[in-house]
Amino acid sequence: MFLTKEEELLHKLFEEFSIKEVKPLAKEIDELERFPEETVEKMKKIGMLGIPFSKELNGCGASYVSYIDAVMTLSKYCATTGVVLSAHTSLCAAPIEKYGTKEQKEKYLLKLNNGTYLGAFAITEPEAGTDAGSQKTIAIDKGDYYEITGNKIFITNAGVADVYIVFALTSPNDRTRGISAFILEKGMEGFSFGKSELKLGIRGSSTKELIFDHVKVPKENLLGKENKGFKVAMHTLDGGRIGVAAQAVGIAMGAIEEAVKYVKQRKQFGKTLSSFQNTQFVLADLETKTMASYLLVMDAARKKDLGLPYSKESAMAKLFAAETAMEVTTKVVQLFGGYGYTREYPVERMMRDAKITEIYEGTSEVQKMVISSYVLK
Amino acid sequence: MKIYVLIKQVPNTTEMQVDKETGTLKRDGVETIINPDDLAALEEALQIKDANGAHITTITMGPKKAEGMLRELLGYGADEVVLLSDRVFAGSDTLATSTILSSYLKDKEYDLIIAGRQAIDGDTAQVGPQIAELLGINQITYVTDIVKVTDKSIVVDKETDDSIVTLESTYPILLTMLSEANTPRYMNVKNIVDGFNKEIIVATNKELNAPLSKIGLKGSPTKVKKTFTKEISKKTEKQVVTPEQAVEIVLNALKPYRKGLQK
Repeated sequence: MFLTKEEELLHKLFEEFSIKEVKPLAKEIDELERFPEETVEKMKKIGMLGIPFSKELNGCGASYVSYIDAVMTLSKYCATTGVVLSAHTSLCAAPIEKYGTKEQKEKYLLKLNNGTYLGAFAITEPEAGTDAGSQKTIAIDKGDYYEITGNKIFITNAGVADVYIVFALTSPNDRTRGISAFILEKGMEGFSFGKSELKLGIRGSSTKELIFDHVKVPKENLLGKENKGFKVAMHTLDGGRIGVAAQAVGIAMGAIEEAVKYVKQRKQFGKTLSSFQNTQFVLADLETKTMASYLLVMDAARKKDLGLPYSKESAMAKLFAAETAMEVTTKVVQLFGGYGYTREYPVERMMRDAKITEIYEGTSEVQKMVISSYVLK
Repeated sequence: MKIYVLIKQVPNTTEMQVDKETGTLKRDGVETIINPDDLAALEEALQIKDANGAHITTITMGPKKAEGMLRELLGYGADEVVLLSDRVFAGSDTLATSTILSSYLKDKEYDLIIAGRQAIDGDTAQVGPQIAELLGINQITYVTDIVKVTDKSIVVDKETDDSIVTLESTYPILLTMLSEANTPRYMNVKNIVDGFNKEIIVATNKELNAPLSKIGLKGSPTKVKKTFTKEISKKTEKQVVTPEQAVEIVLNALKPYRKGLQK
């Protein structure tokens, strides 16, 4: 795809960084379920935590396409590292950039963009997954402040992040029209973390419950307008989906790269696997679908850069890329046979990592709802 | 502090094709990279900039298509990049190249010029020292470490055949760096983006005024008479052995070459 020279050079940096710093840790952080703190620190040093934001906001002033390319390239070698960046950038920094006040940007966004802070986003609750309107976390207006009580689950970057975008009901009977968005800081009194989830994939990413026990949140930490939080969430997730789609494409690319290496050297019946037509046809299909996913993802990202609508595009990109990642990794494990099922090779990890891309930031079914609403408009 | 870093673009391969007529390297269609020793030179300059503040300008001689690599140099953190590019430079040997580079540098102000020890394509290690001679400034070659930088002087470690010597010099001085001196940093996203908003300074011989009799193929006193790819005459053997057996094998292999080797 048609990257500018600047985007190509940035890609070179992301690729070099990922091969030298990310790939060597991927197996270990998966097995130990360890958050790759040292990698995040290195990403901060080279400016990766503020890629698409303006220089006035301490960002790098690069394109959204380049940010998406960064998530994709990291995910090619380690999907965990990819989602750390995606959650930070798409789900925390982006809504503050779009809806934040000048003061909120100064207080939070500058430090998110230069990597002093890591960000997270919290909407999911035990009883409010796809049905985000069933939120129970409540924010009571106490005059000078809001008092937030409730809990959120499955929160990416929980515990390691410094800043959290949290959704809570300010008008409890109005469902989606009664939700507001808030900026919370780690360490606020009454804000604690619950258990770490033990997951199938992206096991190095920190996924925890957030617990709010009468947390006093200053009025100035309301993000956007009161009761308009659902719009903040939906818009944020539109952008976030491109990030998850990029993660999926990265996983698929990584799996194909591993497969190509393997089938060229593995011999059965006196020939390399690559000389069997089954192998060739499987790889041809996988490569085609992965490239199609890549183009859908980059189309959505480029439209976002150009200020064009991208909500339908991002939903299509996520739907197709996630399903492709799942298909690619499953079939690559099959090409590897028994070796692919062992942890000696990275493809089983990629298969486990791929599954989440069909689930978080809107399941594949939600993407179909979004896409069809545009088709049938 | 004002630092110039000399950077050469080299082919990313160890087996180069040679043009049989001119005896020069064929560069078409080969991926090019920043010469590793030169990248070490840039890294040293960046470390000085980080610690003491400095303005870093890189100088590269080569065709216009070197632009991609020059953007990389900005991505690493160079403040300014200069490309010396002119048809009359083509085919220059090391002395002609040094004449061109020093023609650019002679009326510039600088404290430090840092070059890589040698390029992986030519392996001559001559350009740095020649430039220092042509400019009439101090030089220290084969630098492994810049130990101390003050307003008045610089202290460096220099590798010799059998030892490391520590030397101090006043400015201006030219250093040639070994790539073992450091691990080059990554480029930086912000620097890359900023780099694309900067102008690459291109200078031709009109600005340099290097005498035509001393540059280019015709002005080069050396000519490559014959080039060939090294052939490996002895067959290599692969053996899977224990560490103890390996010691034995190595000692036996070395026996004819060195007296007094003991187990």
